[in-house]
Amino acid sequence: MSAALSSTRLEVPGWIRRLPWLALLALLLVYPLLATPFWTVQIGAQTLFMGVIALSLMFLAGYGGMVSLAQMTVAGVAGYMSAIFGVASADLGLGWPWWLSLPLSLLIAVAFAALVGWISSRTEGIHTIMITLAIAVAFFYFARQNYAIFNGFNGFAGLEPPALFGVDWRAPLPFYYLSLGVAAFGYGLVWYLSRATFGLGIQAIRDNPRRMRALGFNVTLHRVMAHATAGLLAALGGLLLVWFNGRISPGTVGVDPVINILVIAVLGGLLHPIGPFLGALLFVLLQNFAIDLVAPERFRLVIGGVFLLIVLCSPDGIIGLWRHYRHRLLPSRREW
Amino acid sequence: MMKFRTTLLSLALGAGLGWSAAQAQDDTIRIGALATLEGAFAVLGEDSMRGVELALRQHDYMAGGKKIELIKASSNASPDSAIQAARKLVEQDGVDILIGPLSGSEGLAVKDYAKDHPGVTFVNGTSAAQDTTLRDPAPNFFRFTTDGAQWQAGLGTYAFEEKGYERVITIAEDYSFPYTQVLGFMLEFCQAGGEVLDKFWVPIGNKDYSSIVASIPFDVDAIYVALGGADAVNFLSQYQQAGGFAPMIAGSITVDQTVLSTKGQRANYIVGTPSAGPIADSWDDPEWQAYVAAYKAAFPDAFPSPSLFNHGYYVSTLAVLESLDAVGGDLSDNHAALREHMATTTFETPTGPVRLDENRQAVADIFLTEVAEAEDGTLHNRVVKVIPQVDQALNLPRDEFLALGPVSRDNPDCAGLRR
Repeated sequence: MSAALSSTRLEVPGWIRRLPWLALLALLLVYPLLATPFWTVQIGAQTLFMGVIALSLMFLAGYGGMVSLAQMTVAGVAGYMSAIFGVASADLGLGWPWWLSLPLSLLIAVAFAALVGWISSRTEGIHTIMITLAIAVAFFYFARQNYAIFNGFNGFAGLEPPALFGVDWRAPLPFYYLSLGVAAFGYGLVWYLSRATFGLGIQAIRDNPRRMRALGFNVTLHRVMAHATAGLLAALGGLLLVWFNGRISPGTVGVDPVINILVIAVLGGLLHPIGPFLGALLFVLLQNFAIDLVAPERFRLVIGGVFLLIVLCSPDGIIGLWRHYRHRLLPSRREW
Repeated sequence: MMKFRTTLLSLALGAGLGWSAAQAQDDTIRIGALATLEGAFAVLGEDSMRGVELALRQHDYMAGGKKIELIKASSNASPDSAIQAARKLVEQDGVDILIGPLSGSEGLAVKDYAKDHPGVTFVNGTSAAQDTTLRDPAPNFFRFTTDGAQWQAGLGTYAFEEKGYERVITIAEDYSFPYTQVLGFMLEFCQAGGEVLDKFWVPIGNKDYSSIVASIPFDVDAIYVALGGADAVNFLSQYQQAGGFAPMIAGSITVDQTVLSTKGQRANYIVGTPSAGPIADSWDDPEWQAYVAAYKAAFPDAFPSPSLFNHGYYVSTLAVLESLDAVGGDLSDNHAALREHMATTTFETPTGPVRLDENRQAVADIFLTEVAEAEDGTLHNRVVKVIPQVDQALNLPRDEFLALGPVSRDNPDCAGLRR
């Protein structure tokens, strides 16, 4: 379409367009060699795995039109299962080997996500938000009050990644690269799916479910599968989260963390898979450094204020801002 | 606006990347203070920070000949948030000494974290779960405040013998610190011959107590309430609105200044409530009065009297500063001289002498109190009795105390405690 419009438009070669992405990749790879362990893990790795959990929400909301607040819950289910089946302190877990407990945890979390998807498949818009929020809160209270399986308020401590290939994966550099690998996998998966038949079907269902039903697509099955795929991403992020904290307790899946994932996804933007990671970076920086900017009693105001500011000025988040200024800065009118 | 954010972001990134941790100059000692500045315990956390600041002001922010730099961090009473904040203080801000946390379960998590960081000295704030020091203690974790069970020393006996309460029920939040408080109360109460009919456990931040109020049996002599902060205020107003008339026995933070100074407290119900804890608002001891006067002068907009949380953080900071003075600010060899001094010295505090036992747990005086109304209408705790130098085993033989097992919702059991 654009080629027929103007002959004076600058033609940007493919490799130059990819340059920013290659630069980003290079920066991500060498980042831990430049930064301190705190910046590598608490900022860098945390951004990556929180971004993965928010990516699962972005996949459902951006491409599927289903805003599910249960993504942190799915992550929590994976974390809890890894503690219950695996090794935890005070001999609380069953102590199964990692090659059994980890895949089982992922499987249970994906099944749980599919269940959430099936429950919410008939709802739209605000009702999806409400029902997934209800599921999230119900799981939080259940985990807090159940001592037989979930060990109630105390949860599980001493959770560590398995020492594969003799590497301590919780050490700063290995943990960062592990998170980077999972984030790259998640990003690649969402990017690929968005162009594959399944992803296109999901987006079409977002736009007009009735027409898709008339065309013979099984809308409910598509939605459930979308939730399951997002559930896999959230589950992977959840495992990294419990390894990062070394523990899991009901506070990990409470209302605050659940809403935080929504904040991260919206901050970054729901238009492109890079959005959740940008949102996670901003959120993690604010969470850690807002207390240094203002009085300790008021630092939550900064976090809320930034969120409010971005949502008011750019409903599409950081990506929206980028796109808005991009076409003013760069000559090519081709959509990114 | 976009520029502001870009600048902010790049500043933060640049500052962080170029700045490695623990670059403290030789003449500055960095102290990190960790308290709950978010959530249901936010008001308690604010008073805690005031306690740290009061102690530092009295020392002019100097100790051992070096300047003290204070860095604050916030948590929300969940172990995850406490670890995140501790990690930031230790790894990013490079603190030498960390004072905190405030809440019981946070203390257990920070103790585990302390074991991985032997180069930093961890001093407790007010977290009062028993197992932080009783079982599996960390060699670099020092607790100058007494634990939740110690705080209730004398209360069970007083309730049974002096007040004549024989049948009670307990209402407390569902986590480690209230379990410890209930243990401290039940140990004496059940051994004296009292009976605990039922135990109610509520989540922190619970707003609706109607189901509990409805379940309280009619024939109880008193209700033992060990809720804190906003939870205590909510329960008391709902209980009074429902026409509840059973007298109360209060846990240490249930009739703390943070609750008593809430607007709208019905004085006629709460006056006379017995409690026990590490402080008593209206003690006539000159050291205590001087501390209260200093608090009022430094923070005119705060509570009429310092809260238990202010006191805990104040005493802990005081012990740190005096120890730094004693060792001349020497932090070499993983703070060996400092830790040795803290572990072996008896400190004079506004509430009497405090020393540490072999698990680095405080042994201190406990105050048996009753709520009273002052002439100006404000409520405070008046001293009934001072119980001297209570240790972590509540002056029982240590192995007998340890044999009771870790506290939980079901442990202790009244029948099991009676001889």
